[in-house]
Amino acid sequence: MIPQEFNDLLTSTFGEAILESKLDGVFDPFIVVAPDRMPEVARFLRDNEKTLCDALMCLSGVDLTKGKLGVVYHLHSTKFNHKIVLKAFVTVEHPHVGSVEAVWKTANWHEREAFDMFGIVFDGHPDLRRILMPDDWEGYPLRKDYQVPEFYNGMKVPY
Amino acid sequence: MDVIVTDVEKGRRPSTVPGLGRQLRSEEMVISMGPQHPSTHGVLRLELVVDGEIVVDVIPHIGYLHRCFEKHCEHMSNYQQVVPYTDRMDYVAAMSSEFGYVVAMEKMLKIQVPERVEVIRVIMAEFSRIVSHQIAIGTYGLDIGAFTPFLFCMRDREHILDIIEETCGARLLYNYNWIGGLSHDVKPDFQDKVREFCRYFKPNIVELNNLLSFNKIFVERTANVGVLPAEVAINYGASGPVLRGSGVAWDLRKNDPYSIYNRFEFDIPVGSGERGATGDCWDRYMVRAREMEQSVRIIEQAVEMLVPGDVQSAIPKRIRPEAGEIYVRTETPKGELGYYIVADGTASPARVKVRPPCFVNLSALPSMCRGSMIADVVAILGSIDIVLGEVDR
Amino acid sequence: MKTELLNLIANEVLVYTLMAVVPLLWVIPFALFAVWWERKISAHMQDRLGPMLTGGWHGWAQTIADIAKLIQKEDIIPTAADRKLFVLAPYVVFVGSYAAYAAIPFAAAYVGAEINVGLFYIISISSLVVIGLLMAGWASNNKWSLYGSLRSAAQIISYEIPVALALLAAVMVAGTFDMQEINRLQSGSILDWFIFQKFPFLFLAGIIYFVASLAEVNRTPFDLPESESELVGGYHTEYGGMRFALLFLSEYANMFAVSAILVTLFFGGWGSPFGSFLSGAWYFDLGWFLLKSMVVIFVQMWLRWTLPRLRVDQLMYVGWKVLIPFSFVIILGIGAWVIAAGH
Repeated sequence: MIPQEFNDLLTSTFGEAILESKLDGVFDPFIVVAPDRMPEVARFLRDNEKTLCDALMCLSGVDLTKGKLGVVYHLHSTKFNHKIVLKAFVTVEHPHVGSVEAVWKTANWHEREAFDMFGIVFDGHPDLRRILMPDDWEGYPLRKDYQVPEFYNGMKVPY
Repeated sequence: MDVIVTDVEKGRRPSTVPGLGRQLRSEEMVISMGPQHPSTHGVLRLELVVDGEIVVDVIPHIGYLHRCFEKHCEHMSNYQQVVPYTDRMDYVAAMSSEFGYVVAMEKMLKIQVPERVEVIRVIMAEFSRIVSHQIAIGTYGLDIGAFTPFLFCMRDREHILDIIEETCGARLLYNYNWIGGLSHDVKPDFQDKVREFCRYFKPNIVELNNLLSFNKIFVERTANVGVLPAEVAINYGASGPVLRGSGVAWDLRKNDPYSIYNRFEFDIPVGSGERGATGDCWDRYMVRAREMEQSVRIIEQAVEMLVPGDVQSAIPKRIRPEAGEIYVRTETPKGELGYYIVADGTASPARVKVRPPCFVNLSALPSMCRGSMIADVVAILGSIDIVLGEVDR
Repeated sequence: MKTELLNLIANEVLVYTLMAVVPLLWVIPFALFAVWWERKISAHMQDRLGPMLTGGWHGWAQTIADIAKLIQKEDIIPTAADRKLFVLAPYVVFVGSYAAYAAIPFAAAYVGAEINVGLFYIISISSLVVIGLLMAGWASNNKWSLYGSLRSAAQIISYEIPVALALLAAVMVAGTFDMQEINRLQSGSILDWFIFQKFPFLFLAGIIYFVASLAEVNRTPFDLPESESELVGGYHTEYGGMRFALLFLSEYANMFAVSAILVTLFFGGWGSPFGSFLSGAWYFDLGWFLLKSMVVIFVQMWLRWTLPRLRVDQLMYVGWKVLIPFSFVIILGIGAWVIAAGH
C-alpha cells in the first residue's frame, strides 16, 4: 500500500481522528492522528487485512519546541513490506497519548523511554516507569528547555 | 488427597505437597541478578522472582550504561560528529552502527557514494557481523559453561581486527564510515588479506560447530528453552537473529536492501526447530553460526568487486540537510538498527532517535523466561545477544 | 610403614600422628601443581600459553605466588554473615576431603589406616563435605551462595548412590572392603585389573563411578554448585584469602581422592601394569599409583575444558534415571555371574 491509500483508508474509517497528513514531503510521508484515538487507529492498522502492520519499528518522542511534543510511530508490515508513519502531537501542559502497548509489545519499553525523556504520559500503559534514568530523577532530559540539575542525591552533576 | 493447582503460565509449582495433608506456606524469593553478574553481559540488572530453581517472573532494569547518546547528538556542532558516538553504542560491531547512520544521512543529503566506498563498507560491515557473532557465540558458550569455544572465537576475531586495524588504525571504535565516504582508503594488500582470511576462517566454523553447536550437552541445555513463537517475536518487534531464529526469514539486507546488498548472493539462515521447538535458544544460536558462513560468502563476492577509486570524493564540505525527517533502518548483527533523524535546517541535528535492536529484543526477555529455570535465564539472555552499550545508549 | 615406625619410635600416638600427616605432604604440593597444570592444560587446549612468567620455566611458580598472595590478603567476613559457621565451614570441608585419605593405599607399604572396611569408611566420611558446603552457603548470607550450597548438597547426596553402587560392584568381585586387599587382588598384569574383569560389568561400573565422581567433586559438566555464569561463584562467593584457598585446596584434594579410589578399585592401584616389571619397591608402587591417578585427573581436566554444563534437572535425571538403574543392572549381572561361576 502506498501512503495515499493509507490516508484514504484511515480518513474514511476514523474521520475526524485523522488530523492532517503530509504525503508528498521530502522524506517520509506521515499521517497525524488525534492522541487519544491512537490505540484504535493502531489496532485497526494491525488487524485490517489490507494493512496488516504487525510490527512497530520505532516509537520516538520528539520535542517540537514552543511547548509542543510529538510521538512518532514507524509502522511496518512483514506481510506486505510497506511502511507508514503516524504522528501524534500533544502539548507540554497536557502530554497524554493513548498507549499502543496492547497492540504492539514493542511499544512497552519505547513508551517508557518517551515518558522518561519527554514526560509524555501514555494512558493505558501497564507499567509506566522511568527506564533509562534513575527512578528518582527529576525533569525530562531530552526536552529542549531542560536544565541539567546542579545536584543529584547530593552528588554534583556537571563535572 | 490434596488438589494440586499448577499455574503453568506463571510457572509456579504446586503449592501443596500431595499426601502431606496440610498446606505448606512458601514464599517466592526475589533475587537480584546483576548489575554485577558474570552472565548479564554488562551492567544489566534482572530482578528474578524465583520459586526454588523455577523463575516466576523476570523484571529487567536497564539504564546503568546510559550515556545520553541522543542528548549528545543534539549538541554536536555538525552531523559528522555523531559518527564516533554511534561507535559506542554497539561497541562489538561498531562498523555496523556507523554504517546505519551514514546511510541515513546520505539518504537525507541525497549523496551518491562511489562504488569503492560501498564495497569497502559492505566488507567492513560483514567483518563486523562476524566479529559480533563470534563474541555472541563465544560468550554463549561461557554462559552454558564451555570455556574453550570462547577462546577459539577470540582467536579468529583477532585476524579480523588486525585487518580493520591496518585499514583505519583502531580495533574497537573506528570512526571509519564518514558521511559520503571513508576516513581512510584500504591498504594495497587488503584484497589478499581478506581472501586469505576467508580461506582460513571457513574450516574454523566447522570446528566450532563440532565443538559446541552439536555438543549433546549444549543441545540439551538450549533446545526447547526460551521458545519465542514467530508471531510473538514480531509483536515484540524482535529482529535479527532473534526473529530469524523464530523461523521468520526477515533480513533487511534482502527485504529492504540498502547500500549495495542487492548485488550479493547469500541465504538467510532461519531457525527450523532442528533440535527442539522453532524459536528456541539453539535456533537463535545456530542462526548466528550460519550467518557467519553467509557473511564470508558476501565478503568473498565483495572483495572481487573492489574497483579503484577515491573514497573521499563524495564527502560534502558542508553538511546542512534541509528541514525534514527520515527513518532509515539497517541490519546490524544484533538486528534492525533504526535511525530517526530530524533536521531543522541548521548544522546540527534536532533529534536523533535510535531504535537499538538489543533494546527491543531484550524487552521480550520476560515473556521467554517465565516458568524456566535460573540456568535457563542465563541461556535465554545469552541467546538474545545484547550489548548494554546499545540497550542503554 | 606403621610397624617400621613403631619399631623406630615406641610412642604409638606419635606414630599415628605421623601417619596422618604423610598424605598432607602430598596433597598440598599436588594442589599447587594441579592448579598450575590445569591452567596449562586449559591454555594449550585453547590455543594460548597460560602462565609463562612467574618462576621462569613456563610459569611453574605461578600458583605458589598465588598462594602467597592469598595468605597475605585481608581476612574479610561479611557483616551479615553467620560468623561462627562462616569461619568453621572451610575447615569442615577440608576435614571431610582429607579424612578420606586415611584409607587410600598409596603403596603396598603405606596406607594411613589399615582398616578392613576402608572403602566403606571413605564413602561415609566424604559425605562430611556436604555439611561443610551447606554451612558455607548458609553462613555467607548470600542468596547465590545459598543456591550453590543447596545445589551441591542435592548433587552430592544424589550422586553418592551411583558412586556407592558402582563401588559395590567391585567389592562384590573382590569380596572385601579392605583397600589394600582389593589392590593386592589386582596385582599381576594389566588384565588382572578389575576394569577388565567380569567384562563388561565392571567396565561399566568403572565408567559409572568416574561420571558420578565428577559430580561428587563438582567438576564440569556437573559443576553447578559453583557455576560462575549462573551463581557467580556458588558457596565460595563470599570467601576470600586463606579461607578461599582452603576451599580450593579441598576441591583439588577431593579430585585426587576420587581419582585414587578409581585407580585403586579398577586400575590396579599401586600395582605395575606389566606384572613384576618395575614393581616391588615402595617407590615403584608410589610412582605407579600417582601416575595412574594423574592420568585420571588429566581426563577430568580434559572434560572440564571441553564440555558445557548441565542444568539442575538434567543433572538429577542423569543421576537418578540413568546411572542408578544401570548400577543396579550391573550389580545384578555380577551377582548372577558370581553365583553361576562360583567366584
